[in-house]
Amino acid sequence: MDIELIQMLALKVTYAVVMVSVVMSIAGYTVLAERKVCAWMQGRVGPNRTVLPFVSAIPIIGPFLRNLGIFQPLADGLKFLFKEEIVPGHVNKFYYYLSPIVALVPALTTMTVLPFGEFTNAEGHTTPLVLANVDLGILFVFAISSLGVYGIVLAGWSSNSKYPFLGGIRSSAQMISYELAMGLSVLPVFLWVNAPGMTESGLSLVSIVNSQENAPWLVLIQPFSAFLFLIALFAETNRLPFDMPESETDLVGGFHTEYGSFKFGIFFVAEYAHVVIGSAIFTTLFLGGWHFLPWVADPWAPGLIGSLLGVGWFLAKTFCLIFFFIWVRWTLPRFRYDQVMKLGWAKLLPLALVNLIFYVILVTYLDQAAAS
Amino acid sequence: MNLSLVDFLFYVFSAISVGGGLAVILSRNPVTAAMFMILSLVGVASLFVLLEAFFLAVLQVLVYAGAVMVLFLFIIMLMDVGPDSGKGAKLSKKRILSGFIALLGVGLLTVLTLEYSGVATVATDSADHWQDVTEETSAAGANIVFSKSVKSFGYGLFTKYMLPLQVAGFLLLAAMVGVIVLSKKTDDVDAHNKADGPSPGTTNPQSEEA
Repeated sequence: MDIELIQMLALKVTYAVVMVSVVMSIAGYTVLAERKVCAWMQGRVGPNRTVLPFVSAIPIIGPFLRNLGIFQPLADGLKFLFKEEIVPGHVNKFYYYLSPIVALVPALTTMTVLPFGEFTNAEGHTTPLVLANVDLGILFVFAISSLGVYGIVLAGWSSNSKYPFLGGIRSSAQMISYELAMGLSVLPVFLWVNAPGMTESGLSLVSIVNSQENAPWLVLIQPFSAFLFLIALFAETNRLPFDMPESETDLVGGFHTEYGSFKFGIFFVAEYAHVVIGSAIFTTLFLGGWHFLPWVADPWAPGLIGSLLGVGWFLAKTFCLIFFFIWVRWTLPRFRYDQVMKLGWAKLLPLALVNLIFYVILVTYLDQAAAS
Repeated sequence: MNLSLVDFLFYVFSAISVGGGLAVILSRNPVTAAMFMILSLVGVASLFVLLEAFFLAVLQVLVYAGAVMVLFLFIIMLMDVGPDSGKGAKLSKKRILSGFIALLGVGLLTVLTLEYSGVATVATDSADHWQDVTEETSAAGANIVFSKSVKSFGYGLFTKYMLPLQVAGFLLLAAMVGVIVLSKKTDDVDAHNKADGPSPGTTNPQSEEA
């Protein structure tokens, strides 16, 4: 192996590790955000006790950080690590250990194709900030995230008891139903971006973002597609009002009833990683990614500062969406299982088809009008 | 040994797909079999990646590993197929026959592979084949050359291969209608359900004749 290859590999591995740690810490703090937001919505204060010893000594900042619960995720993580690991006697050991891993890996893999900014160097050459700029961006995301359901299904099955099993069954049915609507709801977006007269961009996520520079965001052009995609996203991330596999009230804890300590922690973090990645994908597709506002050019100059501001802006949009996820969870009640199925197959899927056909006709009409 | 990285990966992924396939039929536990089938499908997808057919690879994972196999697992779990089913079955006439047919198939495949392993002829054939796709085009699509891109897949499917595409779609539709017809109960049962509201599984299948 020559030295350049090793350097490149080391650089790529470093990028990947940085990306994973950033997304995982965002996921960890999303848990805190969830607890804080739900507390505020219910007139409580939320976690406000945990603090590091030397931080609490700082006069004003210390108590402020403590009240914000900044150190709570740290304490929770440690608690998951040091709890006693209980493996029930009736489980299928191999799949019982396998399923938390299977649940987490797809959530971490989809982030490889997720663009979060761009960097223009002194020569004016622009590089998107993404781990792997794959042409098939969105298909890759769908393919990998569709594997995430195995974690839940196997957890439900290997636990070998009633409630987790029901959770697993519900989950697989729900995932299959909403994957179709999800795929169909983003088709018009790519149809629009690749329409004759537009710059041809294939299925890449980077070019989707770039098509929204100095132009209306796609959520303004295709509000209905965005709406359908958002609903399907809620279902695919198993968030309320679609958290069928969990539904604490009727299934105890759903698929992770038999799990404890760090294995439960992995399921927990995987769910929030899915929320974070899902919000980021929605931002990329419909909210203009790292570009400033609809119709408005980026106010920051290209270069290091500009690209940092762009990434910050992207993160800000993503955080708004994460807040929206939390907001909906603590506002709406859960659907019944049959309602979820009916909504998926009898409402969402036909609506997505109608939406697709409408945009097919619209794009053709615009093309014809432009040609004549 | 003079193996390039691609060759080495080819052998690794081939081993994964073939070994996974073997494990599917050899494993006693149906869930394990399904998991090995997923492994085998992912191995095939990796082979597609080595051929630089990324679109096919992603579709392989999306459709087969992501959707079809989830349904398989779903059915296995719902029917509660235990690890013992199929164990201790005798060497019946049917089994011998199916084994014979399987051997025949493998033999045929081997003979065909050996016969056509002159790779060059096959390759030029397929190249000409794809040339047709680009030549038959209207003015609008004249500049579309066949490549690995999604666009050229779409173009091929909606021009030269329109009829096979429609026929395949029609076959799937027929299968779907067949399933619905077979699993649906008769009309009077529906009316009965509306009146009383019990589950449709309690009805008598003989009432279909009436």
